[in-house]
Amino acid sequence: MLGVGAYRTRNLPTGSELLPLPIGEMTWTLTDHLGRSVRPKDWAGRPTIVFFGFTWCPDVCPTTLSDISLWLEELGADADRMIVALISVDPERDTPDVLADYVSNFDPRIMGLTGSADEVAQAAADFRATYRRVDKDAGDYTMDHTAGVFLFHPDGRFASIIDFHEDRRFAVPKIRRTLS
Amino acid sequence: MKHFLLAAALGLSAPAAMACETVTIGDLTIEHAWSKATLGAARPGVFYVEITNTGSTDDALVGISSPAAGMPMLHETVVQDGIASMPHAMSIPVPAGQGVQLSPGGYHGMLMGLTTALKEGDSFPVTLSFEKAGEVTVNVDVLSLRAEGPDCADAGQ
Repeated sequence: MLGVGAYRTRNLPTGSELLPLPIGEMTWTLTDHLGRSVRPKDWAGRPTIVFFGFTWCPDVCPTTLSDISLWLEELGADADRMIVALISVDPERDTPDVLADYVSNFDPRIMGLTGSADEVAQAAADFRATYRRVDKDAGDYTMDHTAGVFLFHPDGRFASIIDFHEDRRFAVPKIRRTLS
Repeated sequence: MKHFLLAAALGLSAPAAMACETVTIGDLTIEHAWSKATLGAARPGVFYVEITNTGSTDDALVGISSPAAGMPMLHETVVQDGIASMPHAMSIPVPAGQGVQLSPGGYHGMLMGLTTALKEGDSFPVTLSFEKAGEVTVNVDVLSLRAEGPDCADAGQ
């Protein structure tokens, strides 16, 4: 029963401080993997998938990108008008060029977004995502970050979250509900 | 020549030949060892494998080493309250009569200090150290960054 409660809480309509703002109310500015400036208003009218990650991440991020690529393939041309974006939580290392190299390994509908530390912080705040730098030996570091995939309706309303490794049988219908 | 052609023909349907090899040490069976291509050598590589323990004694994977990486470590991806983190795993249990999978989103080897970028189609050796069974070396196939696992005819996944 606990699981059902948690599921419902995470899929509530907007209004909670813990859920992403409607895209139209967001204020971030980021740069895509082709070096172009992107703002929330550029996504108006399009169903949207957003997740946070970074290219130095060996396990969670490529796995999520592989999952999303499979979902998009299953949706086929229906997903062509979607915005699908990876927002880097490691802008220090993830330049647009690095992101271009990285996203080229996955479905071509996936874009990479990065920016200054402040710009990324603003985006995370708008999406209610969190991330944290974890220092390791010899100046190396990794990032803890929100692992879920955010879905939005074409009018910018938050729709739902696909949890990390959620079964494709549930993920694809969730996305489909944002397409109509 | 005949062998070459045969290999080429098989290659079409078995892109992950090494990953489909099975290695045994004592009661442990190790198979489906694979990794993902990396962008350059600076980013860490990843190592996945499936270990089955057919014996009656619990064992544990306590370390990995490889000429391909200066600092390989065992990690576990943990998602708590929606936040993913990747703590170091000192030891990964390999319970008797069961086993363990190092697989995307769970336990995995993190290959830091790569000596060279990992390219799809390459393979490299990784030596696994078990608390009781000792050491065993497996060949690891590098699949694409997008891969979700090796494509073995007998893969139980």
